[in-house]
Amino acid sequence: MIAVVGASAAGLTAVQTLRREGYDGPLTVVGDEEHMPYDRPPLSKQVLSGVWEPAKVTLPSTVDASWMLGVRAVGLDVPGRRLALSTGDDLAYEKLVIATGVSARRLPFGSDLAGVHTLRTLSDALAFKAELAAAKSVVIVGAGFMGSEVAAVASGMGADVTVVDPLPAPMIRQFGPWLGGLVAKLHADHGVRMRLGVGVTGLRGDGRVSGVELADGVVLPADVVLVAIGSVPNTDWLAGSGLSLTDGVDCDSLCRAAPNVVAAGDVASWTHPVHGRRIRVEHRMNATEQGMAAARTLLGKGEPYAPIPYFWTDQYDVKIQAYGLFPEDAVPEVVAGDVGAGKFAVLYRHDGRVTGVVGWNLPRDTRQLRSRIGEPA
Amino acid sequence: MKVVIDQDKCVGAGQCVLLAPEVFDQRDEDGVVVLLQENPPAELHDAVRQAAQVCPALAIELAES
Repeated sequence: MIAVVGASAAGLTAVQTLRREGYDGPLTVVGDEEHMPYDRPPLSKQVLSGVWEPAKVTLPSTVDASWMLGVRAVGLDVPGRRLALSTGDDLAYEKLVIATGVSARRLPFGSDLAGVHTLRTLSDALAFKAELAAAKSVVIVGAGFMGSEVAAVASGMGADVTVVDPLPAPMIRQFGPWLGGLVAKLHADHGVRMRLGVGVTGLRGDGRVSGVELADGVVLPADVVLVAIGSVPNTDWLAGSGLSLTDGVDCDSLCRAAPNVVAAGDVASWTHPVHGRRIRVEHRMNATEQGMAAARTLLGKGEPYAPIPYFWTDQYDVKIQAYGLFPEDAVPEVVAGDVGAGKFAVLYRHDGRVTGVVGWNLPRDTRQLRSRIGEPA
Repeated sequence: MKVVIDQDKCVGAGQCVLLAPEVFDQRDEDGVVVLLQENPPAELHDAVRQAAQVCPALAIELAES
């Protein structure tokens, strides 16, 4: 029996790949949410804005497998090839795919106040959406992907929106300060306030949140707060398993974490054979590609996993698309389009090579520039 | 093989165009997929299947005949 822990995009793709590649034995998927696999990127976009009915995020999952939903894996015995489940049962397997993803990171305070949200699951999105509709003042803690996307949706719904981040620009971890500055301007142009370079020191409220305290002494009024400060790999259940867990589940270049154990998606780090360093990629495309790669490895058809990562974000009428990697000190250069016209593409160079390309409302050129990744620069 | 695309789900990743440029293209303005051939010839089927599998929005459906 092959067991897959995690019933989301990476787990589903692994299951589909195992079947497609000819595995015809029993397959069991263990998933802690009650839902069949669904797509997460629309949660902070079309689902939150109401453009999509929530059911539209369901992924096509017609594949021959047993689904144990609403069940968590709580322990793993690698030599004994057994999973311990939240039901109290054990599940014996021959081979295992770990695809447990990540959870939203929380602030060390205020999580119990009503009106304070994180956004990772479909139920998170629906709970947040319900409150957003009536909110007057929304504070978003964190100006990364999630915070920036939600700011765009929330301001479009008529709320007064403030984004707070200790870094000097939004999305700086993804794209660096130059492009981050353009994202900041995009939000300012839509009436979103950015409080950058200042941290959050506390949440105020009695039962329900009423304000967000900043390190500079300012208190921002808030009916609703979204905490969007990144995520934590779901590896608690693997403590004591003997697996290496320095960055999620540590894998080799074939996505192997141990004999007969592979990992894929947000939870898995691996040594990228081209870049020669350990990376972990929390993006939708990687869930698919690594799910495929890990499944092939389990069937003895594995190859070193060497993707060019792809990710995108939609904010207002801007689609930002990125292929490749963007090390902190990579240097951007506009190579197509026109920044002033709001349509351009940027190559990023690092250590004498092109490492990535970002497009701002310029999808075709951006795709074509992807082929330059890796070339000497 | 019949190819059906969902332009509403498409996120403009362009992976399908990289794999099967004879079958898929992208709109200039937003990168949304455009179908060039609804019934691609047999020699393109493998590439089209790969495109459907790797699409990060699962916006490509195939009816295999």
